Amino acid sequence: MIRRVCLVLVLTLVSCCPSFVSAESASQSGGELHFCLHGEPKTFNPLLVEDGQSETVRYLTGGVLIRLNRQTQALEPALATSWKATPDGRTITFHLRTGLHFSDGTPFTSEDVAYTVKALMDPQLHSPTGDSFRSGDGQVSVQTPTADTITVTFPAPVAGLERLFDQVAILSAHSPKKEMAVLGPFYVADYSPGSYLLLRRNPNYWKKDKEGKPLPYLDSIRLDIQRNHDIEILRFRRGEIHIINSLDADLFDRLQKESPAAAHDAGPSLDSEFVWFNQVPTAAFPDYKKAWFRSTEFRKALSLAINRDDLARIVYAGHAQPAYGPISPANHFWFNSALPAPKYDSAAALRLLTQAGFRLEGETLRDASGNRVEFTLVTSTGNKPREQMVTMIQQDLSQIGIKVNMVTLDFPSLIERITRTFDYEACLLGFTNTDLDPNSQMNVWLSSAENHQWNPKQSKPATAWEAEIDRLMQSQASSTSDKKRKADWDRVQQIVFEQQPFIYLINRDAMSAISPTVIGSAPSVLDPHAFWNADVLRLGPDPSLGAQK
Amino acid sequence: MSPLQKTAAIILCAIFLLMVLATILVPAPYARQFRDAPNARPSTAHPLGTDALGRDSLSRLLYGTRVSLLLAPAAALLSTVIAALLGSAAGFLGGRFERIILAATDLSLALPWLFLLLTVRAMLPLDVPPMVSVVIAFLMMGLLGWQASVRVICAAARGVRDSDFLLLARSSGCKPARLLLCHVAPNLRTLFYAQFWISIPLFILTEANLSILGLGVMEPMASWGNLLRGFEDFSALGANPWRLVPLVLLVIVVMCFQLVLPSQEVTQ
Repeated sequence: MIRRVCLVLVLTLVSCCPSFVSAESASQSGGELHFCLHGEPKTFNPLLVEDGQSETVRYLTGGVLIRLNRQTQALEPALATSWKATPDGRTITFHLRTGLHFSDGTPFTSEDVAYTVKALMDPQLHSPTGDSFRSGDGQVSVQTPTADTITVTFPAPVAGLERLFDQVAILSAHSPKKEMAVLGPFYVADYSPGSYLLLRRNPNYWKKDKEGKPLPYLDSIRLDIQRNHDIEILRFRRGEIHIINSLDADLFDRLQKESPAAAHDAGPSLDSEFVWFNQVPTAAFPDYKKAWFRSTEFRKALSLAINRDDLARIVYAGHAQPAYGPISPANHFWFNSALPAPKYDSAAALRLLTQAGFRLEGETLRDASGNRVEFTLVTSTGNKPREQMVTMIQQDLSQIGIKVNMVTLDFPSLIERITRTFDYEACLLGFTNTDLDPNSQMNVWLSSAENHQWNPKQSKPATAWEAEIDRLMQSQASSTSDKKRKADWDRVQQIVFEQQPFIYLINRDAMSAISPTVIGSAPSVLDPHAFWNADVLRLGPDPSLGAQK
Repeated sequence: MSPLQKTAAIILCAIFLLMVLATILVPAPYARQFRDAPNARPSTAHPLGTDALGRDSLSRLLYGTRVSLLLAPAAALLSTVIAALLGSAAGFLGGRFERIILAATDLSLALPWLFLLLTVRAMLPLDVPPMVSVVIAFLMMGLLGWQASVRVICAAARGVRDSDFLLLARSSGCKPARLLLCHVAPNLRTLFYAQFWISIPLFILTEANLSILGLGVMEPMASWGNLLRGFEDFSALGANPWRLVPLVLLVIVVMCFQLVLPSQEVTQ
């Protein structure tokens, strides 16, 4: 009788509190997380990933030997329980977890890692991920002494070797499903081009939570292909999607007013916006302008005359930090904190210009030959923050008598001008950085590099300071000592600060939108900001939006 | 002229007057940034508030009106002249010439002009002064906006070609050029006026669209086009209704032009 009463009581409670039950079950079983991709993933082969959409799929499905914790910025064991790199930076040995299986049930062994590394370094594959490992000519040697040990030897030292393995998703050497057999938390279950991509929970995922429960918590992730950001935020408001990985300042502010709990600003990201002057000797503008742009005093003066605080406050509504160098303060290890952060000072800028032979006549700055200081600053069409920054720079520089004309160009035309014809005077663009290790910026800082924007592809360094940067970059790339590399990089940052080849403006904050229904989120400044810990995310009840799926 | 048309004409005159007196009326230079007051509400210092960079919205509206309302009629005039020449000639001469002109018009209508405009912008020297760049943008609009009018004018000219008065003139020994200029064109004048008035709002809206694409008037110059870019933040309009003023003004001007138009047809 007592049992029957208890049963009735329980059933009554259950029927009266459906939300309690659904909340509990949802938070336990995980549910289906929804968010948007801004285009089609171009490949599901993790070794061929180039675009952001494919990178998202790789991150959510790929199993890696070492994982970079996006919050602590430390390397953590993943498929490898431990690893050791030799002091010469050429060889690394991994000890692998045993008894693991790919999503289709194929066993995981060191043979799979050997297969992946060989495929990665195959010149015929042209793997963008593999390019990061190519530091010298020669073959990569792979040895698998046991089923759970593998040693990889590269022909030349590789800077930041361990960190690079965060990008290498392990493929199965034997699975008939090839790259669709994965070791990550989810696998691709369904793909409807132009519509959606469905990732389901990988039942063979190796990771467990503290209580020993298998991860991931989520049953599935549905990635809707949606290019339009306005529609994306509209769907977020309706509760149809749970995450927007990256927001601009306008959208963030709008969202923060409507739903403060959903808007997350993780602080300054690795991304930066900057201006540079064209210093290519063959550029098609008068020689006197080339002389201005080559003058360190001119560049330093202009840097001083730009009010970065106003740019961050007005253009980014406070969701950005003034930037003074190539490494963002968000990059804890590599940032040179000893560098000063000079304040906006138009009087000091004018003094510097006077020392360099310029003179202010009324409201017009003229060079020593009497030419009016005027240049055109190009940026990309349709990028509102950049256009606003140029407009603000126009007013800042007009305070010291410099006239700036703004021209916006569609992106292909802009790229054509800055990389091929060099038919421009100054440019404002941004740099999206996903890698903490500055070695990935070799293609920017080497004077022979194509992306050495102010004067690319130099046969020999045009200036002494560029020669010194070349030497330091090569030195850090061939060193395996983080201390030595950091010292080299600190010096590079100092030279860049002194010479201002790029006038850094701001570091944008990493802003994302995460529905209050998502439990376990911890937004990070590193990409992917909002779902880097997707394996521990789950869906619960929504106290404010009532948008539980 | 009906009372409604008179009202429309008065409104247009008032707007043109404000535009002419913009230099005296504006509370601040249109490009000056009051950085302590971005997105400010209307006040005595800024009667229509400020934009995202702290620039006085009333000043920008008046200067923007000047740019849009001066250059749009100029572009409309250019396109109407081209359409009148081609359409009248095609309709009057007929035969192979008419077919060639109409085929060229059809081909021209089918071309993706947006890409041409993008290409022209990309090919222009970067050191072109902003005002020259604006004039080029409107010139392009004038040069590219004649196709629809050509078809209408050609059809009307075809009707005139077979009329009795033209037969009489031809039999009197009038040469084709004189027939076209002294007999055909005056009889199509009503249509030319109509096409001109219709084109003005069209070019105002085209400039607005081009500015949104970054092809029209460049910052810091103001135009209705770049003022309308503020509507990208659509959700903010509910809380800041005064930001709708440029849109309201655009709608009023376009409506007034359309209302003024029938009076031309009646009087002719």
